[in-house]
Order: sequence, then structure tokens, then C-alpha cells
Amino acid sequence: MFDSLTTKLGDVFDKLTRRGALREDDVNTAMREVRVALLEADVALPVVKDFVAQVKERALGQEVLRSVTPGQQVIKIVNDALVDTLGREAVPINLAAEPPAVILMVGLQGSGKTTTSAKIGYMLQGRERKKVMLASLDTRRPAAQEQLRVLGEQADVPTLPIVEGEQPVAIAKRALKSARSEGFDVLILDTAGRLHIDQELMDEVAEVSKVATPVETLLVADAMTGQDAVTIAKEFNDKLGVTGVVLTRVDGDARGGAALSMRAVTGRPIKLMGMGEKFDALEPFHPDRIASRILGMGDVVSLVEKAAENFEQDEAEKLAKKLQKGRFDFEDMLTQLRQMKKMGGLGGLMNLLPGIGKMKKQLAAANVDESMLNRQEAIILSMTRRERANPQIIHASRKKRIAAGSGTSVQEINKLIKQWQEMNKVMKRMKKMGGKFDPSQLPPELRAQLEQMDGGAPGAGLPNMPGGLPGGLPGLPKGFKS
Amino acid sequence: MALFRRQTAESADNKADQPEQPRSWIARLSAGLGKTSSKLTDGIGSIFGGAKRRIDDDLLEELEEVLITADLGPATAARLVAELAKRRFDAEMDDQQIREEFARDIADILAPVAQPLLADPAQRPYVVLVVGVNGSGKTTTIGKLAHNFREEGRQVTLCAGDTFRAAAIDQLKIWAERTGAAIEAREPGADASGLAFDALAAARDRGDEILLIDTAGRLQNRTELMEELAKIVRVLRKQDETAPHSVLLVLDATVGQNAHSQVEAFRDMAEVTGLVVTKLDGTARGGVVVSLAERFGLPVHAVGVGESAEDLKPFDAQEFARSLMGLA
Repeated sequence: MFDSLTTKLGDVFDKLTRRGALREDDVNTAMREVRVALLEADVALPVVKDFVAQVKERALGQEVLRSVTPGQQVIKIVNDALVDTLGREAVPINLAAEPPAVILMVGLQGSGKTTTSAKIGYMLQGRERKKVMLASLDTRRPAAQEQLRVLGEQADVPTLPIVEGEQPVAIAKRALKSARSEGFDVLILDTAGRLHIDQELMDEVAEVSKVATPVETLLVADAMTGQDAVTIAKEFNDKLGVTGVVLTRVDGDARGGAALSMRAVTGRPIKLMGMGEKFDALEPFHPDRIASRILGMGDVVSLVEKAAENFEQDEAEKLAKKLQKGRFDFEDMLTQLRQMKKMGGLGGLMNLLPGIGKMKKQLAAANVDESMLNRQEAIILSMTRRERANPQIIHASRKKRIAAGSGTSVQEINKLIKQWQEMNKVMKRMKKMGGKFDPSQLPPELRAQLEQMDGGAPGAGLPNMPGGLPGGLPGLPKGFKS
Repeated sequence: MALFRRQTAESADNKADQPEQPRSWIARLSAGLGKTSSKLTDGIGSIFGGAKRRIDDDLLEELEEVLITADLGPATAARLVAELAKRRFDAEMDDQQIREEFARDIADILAPVAQPLLADPAQRPYVVLVVGVNGSGKTTTIGKLAHNFREEGRQVTLCAGDTFRAAAIDQLKIWAERTGAAIEAREPGADASGLAFDALAAARDRGDEILLIDTAGRLQNRTELMEELAKIVRVLRKQDETAPHSVLLVLDATVGQNAHSQVEAFRDMAEVTGLVVTKLDGTARGGVVVSLAERFGLPVHAVGVGESAEDLKPFDAQEFARSLMGLA
């Protein structure tokens, strides 16, 4: 699931990030494409509209448009909005009730209630060591009770004996009584599939709910559900007070819009997702992970992609050779500066790195910003070839000349030279360490990307970022690892 | 012989025979669709607020959204709205007129695919293979099909090919009892293609007219399960090169744009010849059928509008389109 939504959104963001500055028009275009991508993924229209409006408002804020990497900012905003929509945290099944804790399973016909009931029983019995009883109240679909009985047998979870002709409310009462007297911790009540607009059947299940006082009322919904997800979720929630959603058939190729819709409409967490036909194919729903799946692991991967895109191969190789010899002059620093600017500047890189939030604040405090990159570039451009290759010859009178030429001050030139010295130190230290950073610590997709690149170009490039970050350079790999 | 055409013609008699079914199928369909399309038409109604409005870009965008919420999909919705704009831009229209316009366009799209299931009596048995994802309503649809064929006085065999889902065999046996059809079944977990082969042989021996083969639900991206379907088709052809004569893909009306992926995969693996849309008595509009018709052009044979045996009805383009737009 989610794969094609990921691809679609990825395309939209690609276009966005390729642009330097963003105009309002660009954001609007991108948001139209996001809207279509979400609609094609069957996210319900009201949810899509909310979502897009929210993202747009935040994306059109001054902050983003003025930022050097507006595209990245927008992606981040989308990611945040996605997590907000899906719910922040995973919510487990609630069993905090006097035993037997009753779980009532409801949903449309064919959404997967019976299978899910058995899976939950299997999970609670195995993982949580609970004594679980299954009972089917489905007196409508032919052989539905038999189906649950067989599933229970296969999963080794006890089921309530079937009494021909007994009505749902009566079955519920009997199940409760029997679960209580036999000391069961959990009673799972499977119900007949019903249309949320079928008044009679909705009343019936409401009656069951009154009798059984479930601690969990789980709405079982098919991940392939279309726009109707909104109505279904709303109606079931209004009439029965749903406490959570189980999304089934998440192992299919549905784009998973229902996940976004259900949570948004009911405000109830998605607790579990069905990932296959086996009993153990039931997983907790982690909104953050799902969000990053939808966005295709966004940040780290796109960082490497960007690096690959922007690094001129031969220049990177030249640089790598120099670094290996432990020589790094202002000419190299200039190359680095320019490449950094192309990659979206410091801010852009920082945004892409996970776990770098703290460092960003430090950078801001140290007044490390994009204008600094420009000034440093100007300083280097005001040096002669000889000065760039041999920084040690830059003495007082040269500094004055360079400061005048670049419109900066001698202090700034001193700072840059100091920075160069520190970078050289770092470089030597890294050479001793014999590597850039340990790629085995990276997520597999990132590693794959790195392996595709020749000579570890970004590895050589990133740790050597100019811009007043001597200590920060080895810090980057740390950022990667976190 | 047109099963459903005849069925429609006789629907008045049916009604008399079954007092527990007070409403005609059209009433049920539009009641079902009506509930859902009430949202759609409420949608359109609320845009208009009862008055006429000039067709401008704003209105077109709102209309497009209303169509999207009916699961027509962004592309089809955009096209329908664009066509309306081409004809009527700047015109003053009220919601009724807009609905009529859309209904006409939708009916035009659906007309070519509204084809009854023709069980050619020259094929004996006429083999119908029923496929679809889990929970779409295959077994129930087979029960209903059996009911219809039996009503026509035809000899029917059901093949309990869903040997995977617990109690699916029992479920089909109950349908066989209810409809007076023969049933070919094996124990759970048995090989489905072997069973299908034997069922065909048995039905031939008996000289039955119709063989309805159930299959286990499977998600279309499960390649190995899809291969099994292809195998069932291959095995049937060993006895009868022309079998299966129909391969019905059962689609749940609640499904959204994923229906496209379903049709594509099942068509490629099992040579689907037609569609049945189930659960149209809910609030889902099954609007995806419109874009499916545009893209695949596969016949839509029937729609399911309830849980009883009588609740499988022929698909009528005009009716469906008008119901979808709340014009029944």
C-alpha cells in the first residue's frame, strides 16, 4: 500500500525542489497536483481540501517563500500535516476493563470482520497472554458463525458454541455469561456486516453494544474504500461510538486514502492493520512510520539524491584526491561553497538531515547563514591564484587588499583563514580515521544510493563543508546515524 | 438467451411471488443509489441554493468536486466538467438542469457496457467463473445468479472453489440448498483447479446448463494467487476449449479508484469478460464504474442491491446514471 501515492507525491516534490525560489504560483501548482494525487489515492474530498488548505497556508508563509530551499520546506510541511492527519502516536488495543473486556467488531459486509476477530484473538492470546473467547453474532450471512468457529479452531482460540436460531442480542448475553463464568479476560464479539444506513440492523448492534458494554468498538474498514469512507466512518461513529479503526487489506495495492480519511473523520485512532491472510498478519499502526512511507522516507534519501545531482563528478574526484593527500586550499573551499549553494545552502542541507534540529539552533546563534556563504565566496574571489593555493602567504597588507576588494573586513578574512586551518585539521584527522563515516549505520535505502555513487562523493563533500563548521563537520555523520 | 432481460420483463411477476420484497429492484437501486446520490445531489443542490447560477470557473470547480465524491475519480470528473463547460459556459442553469446534463453524459459513457449476461444455451454447461478480491461478494453473487437461473428453470451446478476461506464451502452449500442447484465441493484446502476440472466433468455428465464456479478472494497484487486463477482457466480448457464462457469480476461499490487496479490485474490473469457491482444498496455510489467503462469498456452485467437472492439486477446505463445524479 501507499506505493503509488508515494511516487505521485515524489514527482510533485521533485518539480518543486528543482526550483530555486518559489513563487506563490509554484506552490499553487504543486498543491493542485498534491490534491489530485490524494484524490486518486481515494482520500476523501473533505479531508483532501482541509489538508491542502492547511499545507498551502503554511507553505505560503513568508518564511517559506523567502527561504533558500522552499521546496524542501514544503515537503516538510506536507509531512507534518500527514502525521497530524494520521494521528501522532500508535494507540494499542485497550483492555482496561473488568474482565471479560469486550471488543465489539463492526463494519460493512466484506470488510474483514470475522478474519480480523480471529487475528485479534490470536494476537491477544499469544502476545498478551490473555484468555480470549470469540463469539459470532452474525446470524445473517450463511455459515458466518461456522466460519468463526473454524478460524477459532485453526488459531486455537476458543469460540462460543453455536446455538441454531439464537438472535444476536441473546448470543451476546450468553457469550458474556459464559466468558464471565469461565474466567475469560477478553471477549471478542464478531457481528454481521451491515450498512450504516440500515436502521434496523444498526439498532440491533446498538442494542448489543448496550448489553455488552464493550471497552473497544472497532470499526473494520477495507483499505480500498473510496470516497464513501467518510460516510461509513461518520455513521458508525455517530451511532455506536467507535473507539478505534482496524484497516484491512493493507497488503493490497490500494493507495491507502481510507487511512487518512477514517482517522480525520472520526478522530479515532487507527489501531491495527491487516497485512495478509495469516493469523499473525496483523500489525499495530504507527502514524509516523506510515507518513514517512507515504513520503518515501523523504529527507535522508533526497539529501543523497541532491548531492548526487549536484556534484560534478570530476570535480568531486579531484577533491577526493586532494583530500586524501591532506591538502585543501581556498580554491577547493570555493568549489565547496558553490556546490553547497547549488544544493540549497546550509539551511536546505540541515532540513534534510534527521536529528539535526539542535544543531540548527546553534548555527542560527552563531549567525551562520546564507549571506555568510556569499561573503566568503567574495573573499576568496578577491584573492590571487597564488594566495588561494598558498594561504599561508596572506599577511596583513594582503588581508587589507582582499577586504577592500570583497567589501568585507580584515576580521572576516581572519575568520575564514582560521576556518581553513581548522578544516585542514579535521581533514587530517579524518584521513587518520581512514574513512568518512560508517555507511553500515545508514538506512538500507540510503546505503544503496551511496553505493551507486562513485567515490563516495557526498561523503567527501559533506564532511568538508565550509561555512564556519569545523566542529560540525564530523558532526554530520553523527547526524546521519541518529 | 438474455437472463436479465427476461428477468426485467418478469419483474412484475417476481414481485407478486415475493411479498417480502415490496419494492421493485429499480426502487431499491435508486433507494440505495438515492441515499448516496442524495449526497451528490445535496451537494449540487447546496451549490445552487435552489437558484440558477452562471456556469463559471468557480461553479465548475465545485461541480467537479461533487463528482469526485461519487468516486468518479479526478480524471473522469474533470472531463465531464470540461464537456459541460464546452457546451454551457456562461449559461444560466439550475441544479436540475445540471444533473440532467451530467446524467446524459454518464449514460452515454455507460450505454455501451450495459450488457446482460447471456448464457448461451449452445454451451452445455455454460461455465461462469467468478473472481474478485476478498469480501467483494463473490459467493453471495453466485447464490443470486443461481437463483435467477433456477427461476428460469435452468439446471445449475455450483462449484465451491473457495477452498481457502473458512466455511466458504458451507456458505455455498446453503445457497445450493436454497436455490435447488447441484453442488460440487471438496474438503477445505483442496486444490481449486482440480475441483473446477471435476465439477465441469460432473456438470457435463449430468447435462447441466450452467456451471457457476466460486473462487477464493485474492488481492490483485498477490502474484502467486493470481497465477492460481490462470491455472483454473487453463485446466477448464482441457475439457472445453471455450470455457470459461464468462469470467465475472465482482467489484464492491464501496471501493474507490483501486477498482482500476483490480480490473487490470484480473483481466490480465483471468481474462475477465464482465463486471458485477455489489453493495449498491449502501451509500457508496459505485461512480468508479463510469471511469472503468471509459478505460476498459468491459460489460457491466449486473448490480447487487441487497442480501437476498432476488437482489441481483441487470445493469441499466440510463437508470444508473440518473440514479447517480438523483434523478430517478
